[in-house]
Amino acid sequence: MQQIRVQKLKSFFTLLGVMIGVTFLIAVVSIVGGMSRYMTDTLVGKIMAVNSFELRHRPNINLGEHDEGYWRELWRRPRIRETDAEPVIASLPDGVRWAVIGNDNLVVESKYVAKPQQVQTYTVTEDYFAIKRMEPAQGRLLSPQEYERGMPVIVIGEDVAKYFFPSLDPVNRQVTIRGIPYTVVGVMEKQGSAFGVSFDKFIIAPHKSALNRYVNAHGVIDAIMFQTQSREGLQTAMESVRQVMRARHGLRPNQKDNFSLETSDSALEFWNKIKSYLVMAGVALPAIGLVVGAIVIMNIMLVAVAERTREIGIRKALGARRKDIMSQFLVESAMLSTLGAALGIITGFAFAQVIAAVTPLPAAVELWSVLVGISIGAGVGIVAGVYPASRASLLDPIAALRQE
Amino acid sequence: MINETVEAPLGMTAERQAVVTEVGAAPPKDWIIVTRGIKREYDMGGEIVRALRGVDIAIMRNEYVAIMGPSGSGKSTLMNVIGCLDTPNAGEYWLNGKEVSRMTDDELARVRNKEIGFVFQTFNLLPRATALHNVELPLVYAGVAADERKRRAKEALARVQLETRMDHRPNELSGGQRQRVAIARALVNNPSILLADEPTGNLDSTTSEEIMKVFESLANQGQTVIMVTHEQDIAAHARRVVVLRDGLVASDDRRSSFVEKIGLAG
Ligand SMILES: Nc1ncnc2c1ncn2[C@@H]1O[C@H](COP(=O)(O)OP(=O)(O)OP(=O)(O)O)[C@@H](O)[C@H]1O
Ligand SMILES: [Mg+2]
Repeated sequence: MQQIRVQKLKSFFTLLGVMIGVTFLIAVVSIVGGMSRYMTDTLVGKIMAVNSFELRHRPNINLGEHDEGYWRELWRRPRIRETDAEPVIASLPDGVRWAVIGNDNLVVESKYVAKPQQVQTYTVTEDYFAIKRMEPAQGRLLSPQEYERGMPVIVIGEDVAKYFFPSLDPVNRQVTIRGIPYTVVGVMEKQGSAFGVSFDKFIIAPHKSALNRYVNAHGVIDAIMFQTQSREGLQTAMESVRQVMRARHGLRPNQKDNFSLETSDSALEFWNKIKSYLVMAGVALPAIGLVVGAIVIMNIMLVAVAERTREIGIRKALGARRKDIMSQFLVESAMLSTLGAALGIITGFAFAQVIAAVTPLPAAVELWSVLVGISIGAGVGIVAGVYPASRASLLDPIAALRQE
Repeated sequence: MINETVEAPLGMTAERQAVVTEVGAAPPKDWIIVTRGIKREYDMGGEIVRALRGVDIAIMRNEYVAIMGPSGSGKSTLMNVIGCLDTPNAGEYWLNGKEVSRMTDDELARVRNKEIGFVFQTFNLLPRATALHNVELPLVYAGVAADERKRRAKEALARVQLETRMDHRPNELSGGQRQRVAIARALVNNPSILLADEPTGNLDSTTSEEIMKVFESLANQGQTVIMVTHEQDIAAHARRVVVLRDGLVASDDRRSSFVEKIGLAG
């Protein structure tokens, strides 16, 4: 430690490598951790409601590496049809909510703005808003009569309201889609955004409205969403939907499903996959810093051993064994490196906070990353110190004492 | 192995002669140091330097021995071998009944720690450590607990009248004081032998005298002391003088007859 204090400046540069390595590690872990929390808490809740699953002909999310055969099979799958809905729904256990969903990107116009815009347009059945827990901020939801009669009414997202009705109250005003006017009855609460993608660009109309013709052509539907009251009920409900669909598609017992049932877990799984790539990148980057740091520390320790040859000679003459000398230098090297790691943890958190402040990426402090950072610091120090320390421990006492 | 072309050195007693000739046998109990045919050679890029060519020495407990001889005669080399800092190329070295010449590095470290106190010409104190810490060092390697270490180190410093300087670093001490710290450090483990290689070589004559008084008083307390010196008046403190010449013992005698028979080394 005395040695370290004497050479403050030199030591600082020594620590830089480890410090940068740990800084990256902490920053990446904090950001990935923050994103992860965000994904589980917010995003997945928005993409998919709790305890819910969706019946689609192809999965929305395709995980992992797939071969050509996989994709070919997906393209051959039959679509889910309007006629599938009724028997599937009839098979559901009590208390399961459901909503038929169709969606497409359609060109939307209004007389208040010159330029038409493409908007994700949905047609849904009544329980959709309850499943998604969406509430209107202005106006109201679609009424049972409007669903029943398929009236030309819509609710819209905040972004759509802002674009098509600049500084106007959208409620009771109209937009035109494929030549047919639709009256806005409500503007939904702000859903927010993730990674720069807004969740407030949507138009939702009753399933039976004229719009359905464009989003669900020829009796085809995009998805049926289901929600059970508990997590346990989810499996049962999925199983009954599966059996009905298999029967309707005429599958033999040895054939695989040719439709997909996706839960919010699949979405999470998708995120976990992305996360593992991020973490890998977040490990590779610090690793480079740590390797450089280790090399620098090794060099500094070699210099220290050379400068202190006489001291080593004295200690050996007084009875220090190899392992005594070895551990002396290993401890020094580990302390140096751990100090670097500690600085790295501080700058890493600061870095993560700055990133969280200036970009849409969130950050969260992970306690385990502090412990890992410290252990990595000590580990790098020990690894880097082994060679110099063993050189020191093998010095011949007389030769060492003779050094000036 | 005894070099047969060389006669027994002048002044070698029959008793000592008997101890050094019995190759392979553990010496009787009181013979604390016995070397038999110790050789130490250095290979200097093809040219062999023979620093010790077959040294036979037998030293009893409580003896105070001076080693003299011209520069390059092998005094320091012999001290390093006796002090277990160096291992001979050939011959036997028995320290306190154990054969040291066959020990591993770590065993040698143990022996240096427990059996030997070494005082160097250049003091060899750790520059950044206090006097107290310097004296504590051998106890650190002996695994003595911190409290006990402090107590014993203070005691050793008191033996060399330095208890008031224990928080000073070497550069805050005079040469004589530094050497006294080194002596305290050599004594702190109660070694069987105290070795000193020209301990006054870097000191002025007054300070040298002071340091020699310390050694003398230690010898009087029963401490076995072996000291290398160039100066006859310093050797005069010892009760026995071994003279080396060209890596061999040229004479080994009690001090009283030393002056008459040899004259001065050099
Ligand atoms: N490490 C070494 N490598 C090569 N030769 C050495 C080494 N150490 C000592 N010698 C040689 O061995 C011989 C004895 O050296 P040593 O240091 O024992 O002499 P000394 O009697 O202590 O001399 P001085 O009185 O000058 O200290 C010398 O010729 C010296 O050059
Ligand atoms: Mg010498």
